[in-house]
Amino acid sequence: MPNPTQNPKVGLFVTCLADMFRPSVAFATVKLLEAAGCKVEVPENQTCCGQPAYNSGDKATTADIARQTIEAFDGYEYIVGPSGSCIGMLHYYPDLFEENDPWKKRAEDLKSRAYEITQFLTDIVDFDRINAAFEGTITYHDSCSGLRQLGVKQQPRKLLSKVDNLTLNEMEEAETCCGFGGTFCVKYPDISNRMVSNKTQYISDSGATTLVGGDLGCLLNMAGKLKREGKQIQARHVVEILAGMTDTPAIGEAEYELANEL
Amino acid sequence: MQIKSPQFKENARIALHNVELQEALGQFKHGFPVNRANAIKRLPEFEDLRDEARDLKNHIIQNLDIYLEQFEDNVVKNGGHVHWCSTAEDANKAILDICKQVDAKTITKGKSMVSEETGLNEYLEANGVRPVETDLGEYILQLRDDHPSHIIAPAIHLNVNDVSETFHEHHKRPKTGDPQALMKEAREVLRKEFVSADVGLTGANFLVAETGSTIIVTNEGNGDLTQTLPKTHIVITSIEKVVPTLEDMSLFLRLLARSATGQEFTVYNTLSTGPKRDTDQDGPENFHVVLVDNGRSEMVGTEFQDMLRCIRCSSCMNHCPVYGAVGGHSYGWVYPGPMGSVLTPKMIGIDKAAHLPNASTSCGKCEEVCPVRIPLPKMMRHWREKEFEKHLTPKTVRFGIAGWAFFAKRPALYRWLARSSAWFMSTVAGKKGRIKKLPLAGGWTDWRDMPAPQGKTFMDQWKAASSAKQQAEK
Amino acid sequence: MSKADILGNIRRGLKRGEATPAQKAAATRRINAHKATIIPKRSQLDQAGQIQLFRDMASGAAAEIIDIESLSDLPSAAAEWLNKHDFKTLVSASDQCLNELDWSALGDIKREQRIAQSGDLASLTTSMAGIAETGTLMLYSRPESPTTLNFLPDCHLVVLRESTIVGSYEDAWQMVREQNPDGMPRTVNMITGPSRSADIGQKLQMGAHGPCVLVIFLLKDV
Repeated sequence: MPNPTQNPKVGLFVTCLADMFRPSVAFATVKLLEAAGCKVEVPENQTCCGQPAYNSGDKATTADIARQTIEAFDGYEYIVGPSGSCIGMLHYYPDLFEENDPWKKRAEDLKSRAYEITQFLTDIVDFDRINAAFEGTITYHDSCSGLRQLGVKQQPRKLLSKVDNLTLNEMEEAETCCGFGGTFCVKYPDISNRMVSNKTQYISDSGATTLVGGDLGCLLNMAGKLKREGKQIQARHVVEILAGMTDTPAIGEAEYELANEL
Repeated sequence: MQIKSPQFKENARIALHNVELQEALGQFKHGFPVNRANAIKRLPEFEDLRDEARDLKNHIIQNLDIYLEQFEDNVVKNGGHVHWCSTAEDANKAILDICKQVDAKTITKGKSMVSEETGLNEYLEANGVRPVETDLGEYILQLRDDHPSHIIAPAIHLNVNDVSETFHEHHKRPKTGDPQALMKEAREVLRKEFVSADVGLTGANFLVAETGSTIIVTNEGNGDLTQTLPKTHIVITSIEKVVPTLEDMSLFLRLLARSATGQEFTVYNTLSTGPKRDTDQDGPENFHVVLVDNGRSEMVGTEFQDMLRCIRCSSCMNHCPVYGAVGGHSYGWVYPGPMGSVLTPKMIGIDKAAHLPNASTSCGKCEEVCPVRIPLPKMMRHWREKEFEKHLTPKTVRFGIAGWAFFAKRPALYRWLARSSAWFMSTVAGKKGRIKKLPLAGGWTDWRDMPAPQGKTFMDQWKAASSAKQQAEK
Repeated sequence: MSKADILGNIRRGLKRGEATPAQKAAATRRINAHKATIIPKRSQLDQAGQIQLFRDMASGAAAEIIDIESLSDLPSAAAEWLNKHDFKTLVSASDQCLNELDWSALGDIKREQRIAQSGDLASLTTSMAGIAETGTLMLYSRPESPTTLNFLPDCHLVVLRESTIVGSYEDAWQMVREQNPDGMPRTVNMITGPSRSADIGQKLQMGAHGPCVLVIFLLKDV
């Protein structure tokens, strides 16, 4: 385990989806990082991790974005984001540059500092002073990049176990892809639909009332399907629960729905 | 075999609506993957074996020419023949020539994906030789004029009823729905073929350089009857299958069955070394190895080299959620699933096979279960890069990426785009928190709701909060 | 022509010409070393442990095991099994150890020494080794033991001496080499249970093309 400084300076990698769809996820991430003693800043020059270009085979554009991101996060001890997928993309940056390209070294350096949030809290700063409660039963979806590329599996579960009153019911095939896959879900929508339909079945079979995960892409996909199917299961990003920020409507829900339910 | 890979989307759509296929696929995912997981639990060394296997395959590729020539020398030393074939056509022609030499009318076949790759059956039929598939699944498919949808369970897309109908039609016997009775029926019918065939053709799972042996791995025993009874045994195989020694082969055998069906070991692992000896009472008098390249040698030294490690276990497709949704035929050519999505573009061209490496969420499950740790998602992405470089990527995607990149490379403009999109979508959603139908996003909203953005972007909120904080501090 | 093309492509990919004598010698050395990689711990047991493991694994693969105390008990044990299934003929390998036995226990059942033919119901062979790791029998083709005996009949009866049970495949390859100093026999068969297929409706059925039944007469000789 690396030995971080007392109050490490962390650059928040916001991620596009948190920025645009669910700022509360980014705020929750900041809250957790600050609770863990980090000094958090949000570099202005960040945009996307570059995944849409990378997965479409456009290596040149990906490299442009990689250079921009590397520069934006210069000087931060760590780069932390609420997504295994986007942080995983940062880990691919070294592959974009030739051996003798000076950017390769900088990309390696960025990679060595970039962590998914639950991984950072658990493996780097050894933080588990979770001060949150959650009434209900959740089930956890392991998003692919976090799980297979970064090794995020036990970390969110360990942190969730510190949340008061929370019960975790594991679903069958928690590690199977939900069918989001970035542009895959719009390029091959009917295949994606088959995959997410399998997923929502497993989610409801688990008996949980809330689906929790670590990647907004997957969560938007599954929440959207759960809503379309009329299933009364909420979806939330894991940091919302860990930060005790569950007063906002769940993904794909609105204020008045909460009011109606109450 | 007719190439249907360009119609992948249409194939997939049909497959998704095929109720019987969906039932079969639903059943399938509770079979091999579960058995594999259980087999691995019983072998603590499994992960270490995978590392060894990956390293050994890499060593073999670095010495591929040496081991292939040693293999050839030893086949010849044992009285066999080796035919080097660059292309599918070369291979088919070599086999037909052997058939002509021995005046063959009928050729029994053990299961061989390489022969599917070369389109051997069609070629032989067109040239007056009758091929008879003897693997039960392949036999069913041949009667139906169908093709494998899986590399080790070729008829996985059919149910008992399909087989019952087919056998009734072709065997002219009373119809039965009992799988045991159906299998017995095929056993009886094929016995006559085994005994009377002029040539027996099998594939090979490995080629042993040290001894000049070929090995087949089967559960049915059809391959053994195929290669033992006729006077001539032809092995059709490909160049990457060579291994140095019997010990090396054993390493792969430990991984193969467990990764494939989840068995501890396949029922029959049979080595063939040359033709029958003078004192043997049975066995083939002629032994030929048809060594097929078909693009493989060109993969050495490229970003696709690791694919030459593949031992054709099918674990990648058994665990692939896309294969599990659409089945093997959707891929439109011989090799389905993740390994097919890497191999097929090499063999039929990325222009025809572009959908295959694109129709993946890059979930990484295939790499996780690959016994020789082939980075399949990475290689599928390499094909997307090739496609992009050759300007084959569909215009909508190209323009989409170019437009998005214009903003993504300009942080201030990107902020504006995020702000506008968030505002637009929140406005469309109104008070509902989600959108049922969104223009230009039918791919999403045809199937699921689009959760609405919360409102203002994080970056705007963060900036506002920061300046408020600074104001307060002043 | 094709050979030159294929090898040429490979060498181009490897960024070298034809392998140097040193490279070839290294490959040959590697082959001659016959080095095993990882041998699973599961089979690294004493002889009694290996025999037990063989039993468990072979039974797990649906082979039937019949214990015999001495080879001279084989004819009566085989007769009992054949009578139970009402078989009238036993096609047999002609190993000297089998030919020397007193087969009168077979009674009306004929023992024929020949290659197998379509329609044969039961065959008898010996085996070179049993491999404990997966309950696998290893047999190879010899003048006295034609390969058709292992595949054509409905039932395959195999004699296995406990003294020839080894832990791993590698141990068995060593035996094959020792017994065949002039090179590999034409066929080496590794057999683990009876023939099977799940090609019809994903339902596993025993007895596809090879023997539907595999009986192992396990001879206690240690």
